[in-house]
Amino acid sequence: MALAADRLETLLPDHKPALTTAQARAEAGRCLFCHDAPCIAACPTGIDIPLFIKQIHSNNVLGAARTILEANALGHSCARVCPVEVLCVGDCVYNVKGEPPIMIGRLQRYATDPAVHGGIQFFEAGSSTGRSVACVGGGPASIACAHELVRMGHRAVVYERNPWRGGLNTDGVAPYKMQAEESLKEVEYLSAIGIEWRLDTAVGDDVTWDDLEAEYDAVFLGLGLGTDSGLGIPGEDLPGVWGATRLIRAIKTGAGSLPDPASLGAAVVVGGGNTAIDAARELSLLGVPEVMVAYRRDQDAMPAYLHERGHAVEEGVRFVFRTLPLSFEGDRRVEAVRLTALDHDLEPTGEPYTVPADIVALAIGQARLIDLLDQVDKLDHDWGRVIVDPDTGQTSNPKYWAGGDLANGGEEVVNAAAEGKRAAYGIDGWLRENGGR
Amino acid sequence: MIQRNGRTGEPIDLSIDCAGIRSPNPFWLASGPPANSSGQVMRAFDMGWGGAVWKTLGDPITNTASRYGAIPYQGRNVAGLNNIELITDRPLEVNLKEIAEVKKKYPNHAVVVSLMVETKDEWRDIIKRCEDTGCDGFELNFGCPHGMCERGMGSAVGQEPKVLEEIAGWVMEFASIPVLVKLTPNITDVLYPAMAAQRGGVDGVSLVNTFKSVIGIDHDTLSPIPSVGGEGTSGGYCGPAIKPIALHMVTRLGKAPEFHLPISGVGGVQSWEDALDFLLLGASSIQVCTAAMHYGFKIVDDMILGLEEWMREKGYSRIDEFVGKALPNYKEWGDLNLNFKIVAEIDPGTCIECQLCYAACEDGAHQCIELPKGTRVPRVIEEECVGCNLCQIVCPVEGCITMVERDTGLPRESWNERVAKGTAGAGSLH
Ligand SMILES: Cc1cc2nc3c(=O)[nH]c(=O)nc-3n(C[C@H](O)[C@H](O)[C@H](O)COP(=O)(O)OP(=O)(O)OC[C@H]3O[C@@H](n4cnc5c(N)ncnc54)[C@H](O)[C@@H]3O)c2cc1C
Ligand SMILES: Cc1cc2nc3c(=O)[nH]c(=O)nc-3n(C[C@H](O)[C@H](O)[C@H](O)COP(=O)(O)O)c2cc1C
Ligand code: SF4
Repeated sequence: MALAADRLETLLPDHKPALTTAQARAEAGRCLFCHDAPCIAACPTGIDIPLFIKQIHSNNVLGAARTILEANALGHSCARVCPVEVLCVGDCVYNVKGEPPIMIGRLQRYATDPAVHGGIQFFEAGSSTGRSVACVGGGPASIACAHELVRMGHRAVVYERNPWRGGLNTDGVAPYKMQAEESLKEVEYLSAIGIEWRLDTAVGDDVTWDDLEAEYDAVFLGLGLGTDSGLGIPGEDLPGVWGATRLIRAIKTGAGSLPDPASLGAAVVVGGGNTAIDAARELSLLGVPEVMVAYRRDQDAMPAYLHERGHAVEEGVRFVFRTLPLSFEGDRRVEAVRLTALDHDLEPTGEPYTVPADIVALAIGQARLIDLLDQVDKLDHDWGRVIVDPDTGQTSNPKYWAGGDLANGGEEVVNAAAEGKRAAYGIDGWLRENGGR
Repeated sequence: MIQRNGRTGEPIDLSIDCAGIRSPNPFWLASGPPANSSGQVMRAFDMGWGGAVWKTLGDPITNTASRYGAIPYQGRNVAGLNNIELITDRPLEVNLKEIAEVKKKYPNHAVVVSLMVETKDEWRDIIKRCEDTGCDGFELNFGCPHGMCERGMGSAVGQEPKVLEEIAGWVMEFASIPVLVKLTPNITDVLYPAMAAQRGGVDGVSLVNTFKSVIGIDHDTLSPIPSVGGEGTSGGYCGPAIKPIALHMVTRLGKAPEFHLPISGVGGVQSWEDALDFLLLGASSIQVCTAAMHYGFKIVDDMILGLEEWMREKGYSRIDEFVGKALPNYKEWGDLNLNFKIVAEIDPGTCIECQLCYAACEDGAHQCIELPKGTRVPRVIEEECVGCNLCQIVCPVEGCITMVERDTGLPRESWNERVAKGTAGAGSLH
């Protein structure tokens, strides 16, 4: 599906723009080529980082892209969206030396851009095994799984209920890291080796699990997490009160009727995770003058990454801690939030007070897909988090594998990519041993 | 488990045959510390190296501490490395046992044994014992510029064509497997020892060994570096800094019509690009020492992957399709076209206004760049520009200064052609 041309995300430029050739060569020249490099160990997909950087340095940029994509099919988007500060870059030995760590993410982007934008393929479909696999959910986990399966010679068909491909990589990650269009380009590039898509198709509604079991030799579950959770307090239904991922999806794709943030006076974001920070930063960067994040615990308990919080503060986002909304107020749409402070036991304390808010984003978590999962026979899950074999990604129902947010409870794109690939190897091994149907 | 990096792509055949020694790819460890023991060599083979020239065998010696000095340059620790290490310090029996072990486990990799002994009897004896290990060839170390030459070996032999030829002759009498002679660069013209090796009947040459050098002085103790208890000596210089000189020597042999032995190229190879230079100038295998010492065996990944990628891009599927391919474009100065003209062009859009090109041309070249009033962007005075490209070399912005061709309307003409026509000394042409 074509994205709305006037979608708000296009107003937000890259925070880590592309390196020029001279910059990339200079930065690559700094890499020490560590033995048993800690950056590799810190990457969930185990990209041979010193090697691809050496390849950039020795003018083999396409070779660098090949090294990256061999380990991680989604290396192109990971280069932009990975929280490298807590992954590869966080473990660069230059940190120990007290010097700026290597800009691994930006070098990775420098390597994959020409390949993905130029449509230069390193991999192809393996010779057909006659087996086919359904990958349910069109996000990073399924895409990584399907790409690997196609390389192995299996047919892979991805079912996605949205009209666009890519999951949260397309409609969730912050635009200043990557715009939806870039994610779609990556999916296009990866799909070109033979991944099939069924868009606008919700499994459980439009297609049943029985249908899938009848048609395919195995099923991979990459459903991600459910819709935004609510607080269950008065006023939640007022227009202007958004679930954070729905709000971000509107910014990214143009879906939903979001007023121009530049016309709003104040925003309140409820929550303390990375989604809360993203929503707050995006609203602030789009022109909402007063953005406040209300978190119910102490600052130290905040799950959001420190570096992200730092950026938010720099951009003028205000944080209040040990604070809980009691209700959303307003006539025909939200106009204010009634809040209370909490004491050390997280019990309300003091007089409730009201702050103005033309828009509210609830970032207190995403629902689990318990009902949907219960439709599948003998599928063990822990409150919606599917339990898998850590080596193969197989679930308790031997025909089903799972990975990504659905199985890890909500991590990063790179984890979903690693788990999708793991499942592909698991499925391939199982199909060989069990002859499928 | 999650798969780590594999290698994929169209099959490319990297295998080579250098003087009758075959290996799955052209990358060999040069004789030196990385090829000192079976543990190292086997690990290197596992990590992708195609061959190894074993650390030179002979009468075990005693080494000094320290042994190495390095020249750092712009943030890199090793632009050039200097060493005063001698040949192996391990007993011959141990080395031979390990070589046999490696050969047994890796029948398809090249194991070349480097040798350095003195008398004819010693040569006969060591060749016989080495051949029993199943090794694939010998490399005669006539190149080591320190320690051994004082004992009448190493570069003492390499610098004396007559002696070199005689010893090579002995070796060829005893050896039944291919023999390379490793040449010292510490001579005025490498063709002389190379021709002596050819007359001696060997199968190929390796070049270069290290350059005699003094790396520097410790300004507090006044000891030469590397320092052995406050004193030092000249050592052998290797690493990135020597590559251009090594390339020249390889080219010298590649261009000499009277020389026709295969060449194993050594000297400053750090990446696939360096290796490719040697191959294009006629080397059929590549040896690496310093880069393996600096970065470990893993460095070969970049060499293999880069070479494969280049071959794929250029449509080659075998190494021998392009060995020596650049040699026809190498000309003697007197044969270059004097009527070819290029001039510098500065792109004002990317210029960062450092004026380094102005300083370089004004003070160090031909005063053909001016500084127009009201701007910091320099301008080339095209009529004056001699096309030396110094400004392009010093410009810190890639692509800002380009050298563009200007048609002189004149036919190709070289100095030698002018001499033949009798117009050479005339100063101006027309
Ligand atoms: C706001 C936000 C910002 C984020 N920012 C980053 C970031 O900067 N960097 C990073 O690495 N990670 C980030 N993440 C996390 C990252 O997006 C996820 O970890 C990753 O996308 C998980 O991939 P997945 O394939 O498991 O699930 P998803 O990306 O969620 O994809 C699941 C897909 O399944 C589809 N689906 C669900 N049910 C059905 C059904 N019944 N039938 C058919 N299709 C269905 C969904 O529509 C969706 O497209 C962010 C997450 C959020 C919410
Ligand atoms: C520490 C050290 C020891 C060496 N020992 C030997 C040796 O025993 N025999 C030999 O033929 N060359 C020896 N060399 C020379 C190397 O084989 C090689 O010719 C030289 O270092 C140039 O290659 P490079 O620039 O890749 O290091 C040695 C080099 C170094 C640095
Ligand atoms: S995938 Fe992410 S974590 Fe891995 S190297 Fe790339 S940027 Fe780092």
